[in-house]
Amino acid sequence: MAEVLVLVDHVNGVVRKPTYELLTIASRLGEPSAVYIGPADQADDVTEKVKKYGATKLYVVDEEPIKGYLVAPKAETLQQLAERAGDGGLAAILIPSSGEGKEIAGRLAIKLKSGLVTDAVDVQAASDGHGAAPVTTQSVFAGNYTATTRVTKGTPIITVKPNSATPEEADGAGAVEKFIPVISDAAKAAQIVAVEPRQATGRPELTDAAIVISGGRGTGGDFGPIETLADALGAAVGASRAAVDSGWMPHSYQVGQTGKTVSPQLYVASGISGAIQHRAGMQTSKTIVAVNKDPEAPIFELVDFGVVGDLHTVLPAVTTEINARKEG
Amino acid sequence: MNIVVCVKHVPDATADRRFEPDNTVDRGSVDGLLSELDEYAVEQALQIKQKREGEGVEVTALCVGPDKAVDAVRKALQMGADKGVHVIDDAIAGSDAVATSLVLAKAIERAGGEAKIDLVVCGMASTDGGMGVVPAMLAERLGLPQVTLASVVEIQGNQVRIKRNGDTATEVICGTMPLVLSVTDQSGEPRYPSFKGIMAAKKKPLETWSLGDIGVDAGQVGLSVAWTQVEETTARPARTAGEIVKDEDGSGAKALADFLAANKLI
Ligand SMILES: Cc1cc2nc3c(=O)[nH]c(=O)nc-3n(C[C@H](O)[C@H](O)[C@H](O)COP(=O)(O)OP(=O)(O)OC[C@H]3O[C@@H](n4cnc5c(N)ncnc54)[C@H](O)[C@@H]3O)c2cc1C
Repeated sequence: MAEVLVLVDHVNGVVRKPTYELLTIASRLGEPSAVYIGPADQADDVTEKVKKYGATKLYVVDEEPIKGYLVAPKAETLQQLAERAGDGGLAAILIPSSGEGKEIAGRLAIKLKSGLVTDAVDVQAASDGHGAAPVTTQSVFAGNYTATTRVTKGTPIITVKPNSATPEEADGAGAVEKFIPVISDAAKAAQIVAVEPRQATGRPELTDAAIVISGGRGTGGDFGPIETLADALGAAVGASRAAVDSGWMPHSYQVGQTGKTVSPQLYVASGISGAIQHRAGMQTSKTIVAVNKDPEAPIFELVDFGVVGDLHTVLPAVTTEINARKEG
Repeated sequence: MNIVVCVKHVPDATADRRFEPDNTVDRGSVDGLLSELDEYAVEQALQIKQKREGEGVEVTALCVGPDKAVDAVRKALQMGADKGVHVIDDAIAGSDAVATSLVLAKAIERAGGEAKIDLVVCGMASTDGGMGVVPAMLAERLGLPQVTLASVVEIQGNQVRIKRNGDTATEVICGTMPLVLSVTDQSGEPRYPSFKGIMAAKKKPLETWSLGDIGVDAGQVGLSVAWTQVEETTARPARTAGEIVKDEDGSGAKALADFLAANKLI
């Protein structure tokens, strides 16, 4: 079976959940080989983790010589691994669909003369037999359309959105191979001179949460009612761009076209009008609820349940109601 | 200093966007406009020009696309770009990001000519395809550093320094020009064209180039040679509006809690 390269998503060697999702997808397509570019002293831990999700192999690339350079060295590393595998040696290359991941994929596509699909929400093996490129599903035009796409040239390079598969545990051999890529000077031209890690919120990851409670301009800058409801439900907090632009919430909370895409069991939009760019990030949610004082707000067109009212009174009352039922 | 801003003409996101029978984006039935995310790129280019007044900064707006796409260049000229280039060729229709980046790269090389381009500025993604890969592909093709997804841009001498909001961290990235810069919608609100700007734009040079003019073989671009094939596009069933209640003296909260309980969400 052909190898499938999976670029490990991690922070300083701490593996993030999308890695397991990608490994699960990779097992559908061939033999998953994880590629870890990070601190070498974490490699053992990473090996243990990826083995549990079916990685047959783990390429360990010590980041020390390339640390602090943006994107390009990672693309060169994957290129060299792909070239080593030879023609037809790889069934696909799977990369997390973050800003960085997509840029790595873009460069890699040019280098390998291979087709690229970004932001896949599903990847399945081709039903028409061995050797055919996988079929990917994307959500396009603000989630109003679904497209299925296939790479027709080279090694399929696919960036996959978080939460596109349920991680399945599987015993992998996890054979470790150290790999030392040759990095060009050109790839070291853009330097990361400072890093400020995102503060832990103590709440679930936005793209991962079963429930998301979002606030918009209608909060007037007071996210208190949003946060207390979120905590009562064990939910993540999201925000519209208007709330982010106003400086009320950091950009990492933004849901929408230029923020995160979420697809939780329950999405509650409060004080959010429902602009197309906001919908782009949330309209594939299972159940949508809105609280808005304007009965004409477009958000009400897509809700399963809507309350016309002031979020500052409705949300705290809902929180009280929920807490009471939890105890009862 | 020579700056090229890449501007894409896209179907209006607030209209009813759809696909053609061959699964390419329908660019005919919906009004098009300069991709809003590229307005941020134009804005940053113009701010650099303003900060370096008298230093001979020239901003060229570059667009690849069919007839109507020239409107994207015009808008950039109205905002304040100095000249425009529209690359148009029937062979380009249906090109994927890979082919588009080839056309852009060749056009940028020609736009530079003897003088070389110092800075290529792009938006973070288009508002239609939205892949967000063209800036990185351009950097790859042009052999330039990429300083991308900037929410804040600072330029000193030939150094570009940006802030980049990633998934897990905010980073400060530095590069030396020439380079490819991409900016997000956090980088500063784009200006509206002034009346004066609109009048002035009519007299600004706007060139039209074919693939031949930039040395791209027609066989390298277009739908038939795309490295990816969209096999099917399906409209998602519209969400049907559910129950809407009006909150009166706390009734809304109770009703909502009942709804959540009935759906096993609490
Ligand atoms: C290229 C581009 C990209 C964009 N990307 C995004 C994106 O990623 N995410 C995003 O969200 N937006 C995005 N936008 C912006 C988007 O178009 C809207 O401007 C934005 O979503 C509006 O935010 P809002 O709903 O919070 O504010 P508004 O549209 O101002 O709506 C506020 C709502 O709050 C209601 N309200 C006010 N007070 C109360 C109260 N006390 N109780 C209850 N309801 C109240 C009002 O009735 C109103 O409906 C983008 C725009 C562009 C052009």
